[in-house]
Amino acid sequence: MKIKKTIKFILSHGMLILVSMVFVIPFIWLVSSSLKSDQEIFLNRLRWLPENLKWENYKEAIRYIPFFRYLLNTLLICFGNVVGAVLSCSLVAYGFSRIKWYGRDFLFLVLLCTMMLSGVATMIPVFRIFRALGWIGTFLPLIFPSFLGSAFFIFLLRQFFLGIPRELGEAAIIDGCTEPGIYARIILPLAKPALLTVALFTFLWNWNDFMGPLIYLTDNSKYTLAVGLQQFLGQHDAEWSKLMALSFLMTLPVLVLFFFTQRTFIKGIALTGLKG
Amino acid sequence: MTLKKKSTDTGINRLKEVLRSRKERRNLRNGLLFISPWLVALFGFTLYPILASFYWSFCLFDGFSKPVFVGLENYRILLLEDPIFWKTLGNTLFMVIVGLPISLGVCLSLALLLNMKVKAQPVYRTIIYLPSIAPVIAVSVLWLWMLNPEYGLLNHLLRYLGIDVIGWLIDPKLAKPALILMGLWQVGGGVLIFLAGLQNVPTQLYEAAEVDGAGIFHKFIHVTLPMISPILLFNLIMGIIGFFQYFTQAFVMTQGGPQDSTLFYALHLFNKAFLDFQLGYASAMAWLLFILIFAATIFVLKTSQRWVYYEGEAR
Repeated sequence: MKIKKTIKFILSHGMLILVSMVFVIPFIWLVSSSLKSDQEIFLNRLRWLPENLKWENYKEAIRYIPFFRYLLNTLLICFGNVVGAVLSCSLVAYGFSRIKWYGRDFLFLVLLCTMMLSGVATMIPVFRIFRALGWIGTFLPLIFPSFLGSAFFIFLLRQFFLGIPRELGEAAIIDGCTEPGIYARIILPLAKPALLTVALFTFLWNWNDFMGPLIYLTDNSKYTLAVGLQQFLGQHDAEWSKLMALSFLMTLPVLVLFFFTQRTFIKGIALTGLKG
Repeated sequence: MTLKKKSTDTGINRLKEVLRSRKERRNLRNGLLFISPWLVALFGFTLYPILASFYWSFCLFDGFSKPVFVGLENYRILLLEDPIFWKTLGNTLFMVIVGLPISLGVCLSLALLLNMKVKAQPVYRTIIYLPSIAPVIAVSVLWLWMLNPEYGLLNHLLRYLGIDVIGWLIDPKLAKPALILMGLWQVGGGVLIFLAGLQNVPTQLYEAAEVDGAGIFHKFIHVTLPMISPILLFNLIMGIIGFFQYFTQAFVMTQGGPQDSTLFYALHLFNKAFLDFQLGYASAMAWLLFILIFAATIFVLKTSQRWVYYEGEAR
């Protein structure tokens, strides 16, 4: 029996370690390549540790493109979206969960259906709408839509709000609270974990977004890190070490963010599309 | 005060009832007010674009001058005269039919692995999840380098195994598999969803199966799979919707090459719309894709009744 247990232990740990290594290796290669010299990177043999750690690659990489400007642009778009999403999605989710009104469930079904819609069918007309508004080339097409809610997060928050006891709202009404009051003073504070999840995922999604900035930003100075990286790829084709440095710089904030908010992440994934 | 019996139908009579009651009128007003941001999105960014793109698909439209109605011309050229269209469709279908099952299989396998009661399990889960939140553009650049035939990591490792240079993104036959391989690195999100499903399977079921003499394989087939079939369905449908719209990686890494082997439907559509300014043609493509995705989703949903088991279903 002991032997069976030991074999199981070795097998399970062995597989886990093996798999983990496979997943971590690209990251290690990323950092390793970013610190190699231009000659070293074109080596025929596999080398993990560069001879000299060329930290200058990072300094040069952020000079090839206006790194800090792009960083600022990216942060601006991310935060704008976070504010918009948390505000609008919570309002809409409140309407779908805490008030009973005619047509509510039907419209909620419509909401769910729009989630299945692929962006392809709406992409071009939406572009034209923004063009008619004169917003092409600005950040507006990338930030404004978040203030109109996003089906996914509305769904998520609605499920969460449904879990808050009716009595709390009713007690507030007895005390003379208005509907918006209940929203602001009772539901919002209680929904902090879910709101945090929405904020986190929105930030992440926008940080990684490539196609949006690609389509709507025309002015070099307004590019985000994502577009900047692609631009770099196009202009400095074989400068792999600096490309790796840049890629790592763009990925690092995401990793750091994840480490500080792990639990929210995992809970957020579990909250989506499983219950209710 | 008489208690009026509220009818349970949702038709026009119910609406009249609602409009008569002050409380229900107020609730209706408040409800609509609260969801008004989404209503703007619904009408402005969903319904109107759907109708507009539908109309444009029947027009010659360059995005600047007025659309010229040409009937089914776009669809005719698309289906009968454009050979590239069929190539892109084939490429995309390859991803859906080959890439998606592989991806799901790996997802489920990893989830099973990560579900074992081992110390430091959170560390393993984190490691597997991290790549999936890295920016796609950064991942694309990294893998572009990793797949480099002479200096990339993959070929370095293969050389140790005695396998000679493989032209990952240069050989038309290997480009798509290379992309699928790259995608496997980022399955973390799906793994977590499967994990959540696996953890919801009651252990009593496993114990009961063991009492009946079931081994690991049988437990998997007869307990695990049925109990997580709703999750499997979810990931399957999300995967279908996602793979049919595969775009960014191909755009950044291969621009459709080599020899159009990675020219996916969405990429071709993008080129037609934003490079060739054939918005009518692109709209027709968009609608065909929408119908395709819709049909696939409905098909999967309908056939799902055969193999999906819902624990919470009313009996």
